[in-house]
Amino acid sequence: MLDRADGQIFTGNVRLVHAVGMHARPAVKLTKLAKKFQAQISVRVAGAPEWINAKSVAKIMAMRAAHGSTIEIKASGSDAEAAVAALVDLIASDFPDGAP
Amino acid sequence: MQGGAAGLAYRGRTASIGFAHGPFVRVDAGAAGERVAGTLVEEALALRNAIDVASGQIADLAASAGGEAAQILEFQVALLEDEDLIEAIFASVGEGRPADIAWRSTLDAHIADYNSAPDDYLKARSSDLADLRDRVVHILRGDEGQPLKVPSGGVVCADDLPPSRFLEIDWSGGGGLALLRGSPTSHVAMLARARGIPMVVQLGSIPDVGTTALLDGEGATLELDPNAEQVRTFEKRRDSHLKSRASARAILRRPTASWRGERIKLFINIQRVEDLEHADAQYADGIGLMRTEFLLTERGGLPDEETQFQAYDAVLRWADRRPVTIRTFDAGGDKPVPGFTVDGEANPFLGVRGLRLCLARPEIFAVQLRALARAAVRGNLKVMFPMVTSADELEAGRKLFADVVQRLQADGIAAMLPELGIMVEVPAAALAIASFKTSFFSIGSNDLAQYVLACDRSNGALAPLMDPLHPAVLELIARTAEHGRRAAISVSLCGDMAGDPRCLPALLNCGLRELSVNASALAQIKQTIDRLSSGGGLG
Repeated sequence: MLDRADGQIFTGNVRLVHAVGMHARPAVKLTKLAKKFQAQISVRVAGAPEWINAKSVAKIMAMRAAHGSTIEIKASGSDAEAAVAALVDLIASDFPDGAP
Repeated sequence: MQGGAAGLAYRGRTASIGFAHGPFVRVDAGAAGERVAGTLVEEALALRNAIDVASGQIADLAASAGGEAAQILEFQVALLEDEDLIEAIFASVGEGRPADIAWRSTLDAHIADYNSAPDDYLKARSSDLADLRDRVVHILRGDEGQPLKVPSGGVVCADDLPPSRFLEIDWSGGGGLALLRGSPTSHVAMLARARGIPMVVQLGSIPDVGTTALLDGEGATLELDPNAEQVRTFEKRRDSHLKSRASARAILRRPTASWRGERIKLFINIQRVEDLEHADAQYADGIGLMRTEFLLTERGGLPDEETQFQAYDAVLRWADRRPVTIRTFDAGGDKPVPGFTVDGEANPFLGVRGLRLCLARPEIFAVQLRALARAAVRGNLKVMFPMVTSADELEAGRKLFADVVQRLQADGIAAMLPELGIMVEVPAAALAIASFKTSFFSIGSNDLAQYVLACDRSNGALAPLMDPLHPAVLELIARTAEHGRRAAISVSLCGDMAGDPRCLPALLNCGLRELSVNASALAQIKQTIDRLSSGGGLG
């Protein structure tokens, strides 16, 4: 199938530095940012069996990513590369106020 | 009078400090009205409509509340906009379930999942989900839109109260919140603290019959239909609280505390890294006790070295050059940890706990020591062992620690042996204090009192006996302080006594010059020292 030239998958890894882990406010910020992209974006705690839709706040919370865990991100779609970069930046910079 | 509440007092846990005297208002979750389900299409439309209405209501609440409240409500808005969550509910409606049942059962499943978490923070979030669940169900059943009618200054009593219900109440005339369940870490507790509304949680069961209530957020008590004497003492407590709060804020900002010309160092105790977010934490002379057991209760089993290092490093960075005393795992006793502590001990408080357990499980202990050795090069770190009975245990711990440091350094990893100390909580250690070669001592007065008085501190029947000011307890504290003074070894005290103004004169008279308290008690303790220093009473 060559009908999608943008079918490439982009990935990223980032350490969750937020003091209380992936809780309500970080999860809201993460999903809000993810929704700004067309790309299909999935995340998981490194090594977890299931990938989780980065646009679902309920699933991100249920992931219970702890402080210090590594978050893996993968995305496919037209703006996938930018989406991965933006999410890595958000998590690495500890979900600053005003972002996104 | 049968079931009368007159004069009864109930004790809970403090969620927000302050005092309220007013009408007692019992609020219950809305009665579950019945709803007749329509066709599949009607049900789907009803659900879509209810979600839109709820979204609008929450947005309005957030706009009028602003600030922290708006951020809290944003989580609920995000849930309503979560397509994965919402689509699953519509799918369930498509299979023939009534809208309210489908919505409720999905939200209930999420709530149960949060409540099963070992993490208190996540558990507390389940009340946000319950809030959203009830709002949409009320809209579907057509019984929404009656905001809580609370008379001005009323003491609102509920099983639990969701954030949006809190925001619907007009608190401009004061009042207070008394919850039978609830949690000090819940969103509604954060809102109450931000608004200065006194709040007590976990009151247990209370009769429905009171008409007037006294809520003391400091002593964590609720008194129903008080008599004149109760009102008098309540008002005295409230007045002195109001007076002292203003001056405590001012005293807190002073660089140091002193008593009879001697510097008193005031440190804070933290349970987890985010305790440093308390507004008063910055005024501490350092961290007198960082507990590390929170690392053991996180999901995914025992914490790896990197997770631990990050937590220790975060605290050291916060403290800058101020000292940070980290206590190694104090598991066992009343703190069982699956995969670590020993099961089935007949008497766990006298069992394999604290340093005893760590020495028995060196493979787990070594991971913590490695993380601490690496953190030691990053700031002013001190490490102490809990529940030490004999000097041999201290030396065994020191040897393990030194071996860990040596191996790290051999691998080219920056590491060093930090200053080592012990908790003084076993009476034998206090009596043989000179046998320990350490650079500091920290008196754990809770366990020390429990062991000296032979009273289980969780047994309410023994409360009158469980007096930390018993001369035997004070004698051991004074001996430890005296030894420290002679040997030039610093001695601090980090138990509940340090945060109790009534105990302060005794502790200072015992010779203690370093105390470690919860950040929330710092202002009051600094102020009490100031009063004692200027010859005043406890006020």
